[in-house]
Amino acid sequence: TMAVCVAVIGKENSPLYVWVGSGREELHLHYLAHTGLDVIQEKVAAVNKTPGDTRELYLGLLYASEEYKVFGYTTNTRIKFVIITDAANTTLRDNEIRMMFRRLHNMYTNVVCNPFYIPGEQITSREFDQGVGALVAGN
Amino acid sequence: AETGGRAGVMAEEAIFDFIHMEAVSYAFQGGEKMSEDEAISKLEHMGFATGYRLVERLTRESGRYKDELDIMKYICKDLWVTVYKKQIDNLRTNHQGVYVLHDNRFRFLSRMAAGKQYLQYAPRYLAFTCGLVRGCLANLGVTCVVTAEVTQLPACKFQIQVQRG
Repeated sequence: TMAVCVAVIGKENSPLYVWVGSGREELHLHYLAHTGLDVIQEKVAAVNKTPGDTRELYLGLLYASEEYKVFGYTTNTRIKFVIITDAANTTLRDNEIRMMFRRLHNMYTNVVCNPFYIPGEQITSREFDQGVGALVAGN
Repeated sequence: AETGGRAGVMAEEAIFDFIHMEAVSYAFQGGEKMSEDEAISKLEHMGFATGYRLVERLTRESGRYKDELDIMKYICKDLWVTVYKKQIDNLRTNHQGVYVLHDNRFRFLSRMAAGKQYLQYAPRYLAFTCGLVRGCLANLGVTCVVTAEVTQLPACKFQIQVQRG
């Protein structure tokens, strides 16, 4: 699989959606995703200070441990996406991660545009589940 | 004057105008039982929900905004062009959280007689947009109050008061 964990975190830093690969340490990955938020906050604050910096939504590698690599992405609407991959997975290129985030962003936008979805709530959409499934399977 | 070549685009724009007109009529359908404020509030709320969702989609491609002024400029240019097919004509601010947006020919007021004939009804046609702006800003992290003022159709101004703290 492309990723071991995919998380969507809301404006107030509450988790809106967390997927963890089967057989993985769920609690540990939740914790890593949450730790990523601090790094995201730093990066976002830093961009505002340095002039001429690229104001990309993709934030790149937030940090890496022996086991995992944690990547981040933020939207203009203060939503954060975190994707965690195996550190051992060296075949995954930056571009591919970027594409995964873009797809995730599109999927999230569709969720928000659903009139029955109340922003800030957990995401329970089946379509979103399927989308994440396809995303991590590399489809 | 619009040419036949733009017919496709024209039809698309007209649909939004008609839906908005009907939304206003519908909101005021309550008659005696419902106050003007309630109807305006309904329209504003519709605008809010629309703006909130719209901005999620529209800001996907743009880079991250630097500050509040950046966001206001986005509203005046990109958002206004996308929704109203023109830019805001003038943006003023006191740099302390108050922004005034002047539209000299507001789309929803341009189908009525210019001048003061329909002045009392103008607020109905501005409510949705006030909500739209408020919804967009809310999703971008700016809490505010949006009001509108008309002295002479079809010009109007929208005032955004950012709530801080």
